[in-house]
Amino acid sequence: MACVEDLNKEIVLSGASFKEAREYVEAHCKEIYYVEPGFRLFEKHIIGIPPIAIGLDGDMVLFPFTKPCYGTFLIRAEHAEEASRLRSLGLKTTKEKK
Amino acid sequence: MTEDVNKQEHATLFLGCPEVPVQMGISLYLSHMLRKSGRQVTIAANPSVIKLARVADPERHYMDKMIDLDRCIGDIAEKKRSTDIAILFAHNDAGITYAATVRYLHPGRLVLVLFGRHAEELVSSVDFPCEMIVEKAVHDPSGLRKKIDEVFQWPA
Repeated sequence: MACVEDLNKEIVLSGASFKEAREYVEAHCKEIYYVEPGFRLFEKHIIGIPPIAIGLDGDMVLFPFTKPCYGTFLIRAEHAEEASRLRSLGLKTTKEKK
Repeated sequence: MTEDVNKQEHATLFLGCPEVPVQMGISLYLSHMLRKSGRQVTIAANPSVIKLARVADPERHYMDKMIDLDRCIGDIAEKKRSTDIAILFAHNDAGITYAATVRYLHPGRLVLVLFGRHAEELVSSVDFPCEMIVEKAVHDPSGLRKKIDEVFQWPA
């Protein structure tokens, strides 16, 4: 498992509002999972306004990361293990209710 | 003889980015008043706030227990930590995002202090149940202190 700080990542949005980050995921990802605040992703408890959208594209994971001084970043990171874990949890998706 | 079963109430102050000057002063005041009124207080804050507090209050007269903000939220999410009253300070969208997170994880009393130049604009983005204190305060904490005093009704 990798920590967010150690990921080989691309910052897709920076200084965004949380709503903007969610809308980006919903507009650009075909495979989306919704999680609640505190959900553990990349060894961090995710900060966010529920429902929190996480996008997947193959092994790529697109997720919001909020810092108090800098707002919300939308991060894209390639991580097969975390992508696989997310798919296995039976989380809510855009197409089906849990 | 009756057994004293009164449990000391515990309050947690969640402090984010310290860039708006009033946050540090009003949080020192609020921590002091909560302690003076018999409550235990924990400060959950980002590293910059913790450094400011340690410099401003080296003997910890006003702020005693301090913990990293994200670690505190993680502990609450994992049920390792709880509080009776959560008091969150927010002056930007990130602050509201943190408040929404704590609201989801903490079922008890939540007081959200909206301050800074955009305090009134932030109100519309709060769509979860909480008590709100709103004051367009940046440098002068007087108005914010008055509203906090009204909400907490400190004992004389």
